[in-house]
Amino acid sequence: MADKITVGYTHLSGCTGCTVALADNYGGLLTLLDKYVDLKYMPTLADARHIQQVDVSFVEGSVCINDKLAVAEIKETREKSTVVVALGGCACYGNITRFSRGGQQNQPAHEAFLPIGDLIKVDVYIPGCAPTPQMIRNVAVMAYLLLKGTKEQKDLATAFLKPLMMAAQRGTTACFCDLMTDVINQGLCMGCGSCAAACPVRAITHEYGKPQGVRDLCIKCGACYNQCPRSWFSFDVVENYEAINEAIMAALQ
Amino acid sequence: MGAELGKYKSCVSARSTDKEILRHAQDGGIVTQLFGFALDEGIIDGAIVAATKEFAHKHPSKAMVDNSNMEFHEPWRPIPVVVTTKADLLAAAGTKYNISPNMSLIKEATRSFGLDKIGIVGTPCQMQGLRKGQLYPIGLRDVGASIALAVGIFCMENFPYQSILQLVEDHAAMKMESVKKMEIGKGKFWVYGKRGQIVQLPLKVTHKYEQPGCHVCLDYVANLGDISTGSVGSPDGWSTVFVRSKIGDSVWGKAMAAGCFETQPIEKVKPGLELVSKLANEKITKNKATVEARKTFGVGKGLRNPYI
Repeated sequence: MADKITVGYTHLSGCTGCTVALADNYGGLLTLLDKYVDLKYMPTLADARHIQQVDVSFVEGSVCINDKLAVAEIKETREKSTVVVALGGCACYGNITRFSRGGQQNQPAHEAFLPIGDLIKVDVYIPGCAPTPQMIRNVAVMAYLLLKGTKEQKDLATAFLKPLMMAAQRGTTACFCDLMTDVINQGLCMGCGSCAAACPVRAITHEYGKPQGVRDLCIKCGACYNQCPRSWFSFDVVENYEAINEAIMAALQ
Repeated sequence: MGAELGKYKSCVSARSTDKEILRHAQDGGIVTQLFGFALDEGIIDGAIVAATKEFAHKHPSKAMVDNSNMEFHEPWRPIPVVVTTKADLLAAAGTKYNISPNMSLIKEATRSFGLDKIGIVGTPCQMQGLRKGQLYPIGLRDVGASIALAVGIFCMENFPYQSILQLVEDHAAMKMESVKKMEIGKGKFWVYGKRGQIVQLPLKVTHKYEQPGCHVCLDYVANLGDISTGSVGSPDGWSTVFVRSKIGDSVWGKAMAAGCFETQPIEKVKPGLELVSKLANEKITKNKATVEARKTFGVGKGLRNPYI
């Protein structure tokens, strides 16, 4: 299939949970690889591991700035990719690696970790710890439509990916505090409960219908903020949820 | 009548044919009847609904984690729960007019509650959260495909619990525990007491107690539900029902075939869709103006607009 998009996967300081989430698409992953994606390099799932020229790069993990190889790899990834997707909480927001203070064998001096957006320009965010198989699948299908689809499909993919591109432009921190500063303090919260459902560490409960976070539990993955319908919401996309869901499922048949 | 009513396949005025449901219901018993039928038929394994704090206290295993003092009696305070029987549905029936974060259980329903097919009822904003979560499941792994029936309810605005407390106890001078039913209709907020007393408050009294987050909402009739329903447009004791999605169409068709509802054509009832449309347009126009005004809220600085 000549019309596949070329994809690479750069693995920095992450736990491989994002890789597992991708693989957890099971048959869907095989369909993706069969029809839409030419996987050029990827640790764990492919033989080729070194960074090559590709259409889309997924990056898992944050960058240890004390590790020359990691810094070189994220720069090379940017230089050789048309689109860079930060996959998962660590690549987007630092996530659990924000809490590193170094001192771990066998590289005790590896102590400072940054989300990739602090070193390179990132095009699309897929937040969450771990990101969900379905979210990765949806973005992969949309990335394909954006690069190879008809005019109509390109428009749909652009509308779908726009909020995730805006998330990438917004910055490299997101945690429960962002729900406070950008949703609750801005008078936008209406107590739907989406944030509590999205939190992977159950740090959020609702008191009298409003979210309360146990901030010591928060791992800074950005799931609550980005799941919130009042952080960002696209009527153009979400009002067509039925057709878009059907199109994604049909693409994976 | 146009976009303000959302996309829909059909619209009727309906009420449940189950007398017991009607005794507990806010209006036509649509939500309770639909979920009861869907449970019987195996269309859903359980439903996320707004029960009372008393119910959650009595059945902690069915409720969302809540750090409130459960011994402290708070009548009319909703807590989201997962129910799997008609008896529990009846216990949760009726509108509470304050915030129940039903979406907070959407992932847990598929985990410790073990549901493969979830029913959920919610306000328009909760339906927005639900559909955003299906398209952008950032923290909702394996949840989207488990949504088997989402019923949206019409909503002009919601209230914090303390607002309802103030409206009922201060303005209506009634004790919360003596309230049998609350209702917004015919331009008034109605409080019905268990002894038969009725107090009505003009809506200009209730406005300042509304939840501020509601004032940027641009959906009145739950455009994103599979089915959406509310009292507006139908006669007393009946509900207006929009059937919107393929799932909604299928479930509604089966429920009708099973004799769950009696219906009247919406064109034949008073006040009909015209009123629904009028109120929807009022809400959307007012809240669009709020979204617009937020842009110039400060001096050279505005408030955030969530809509892309």
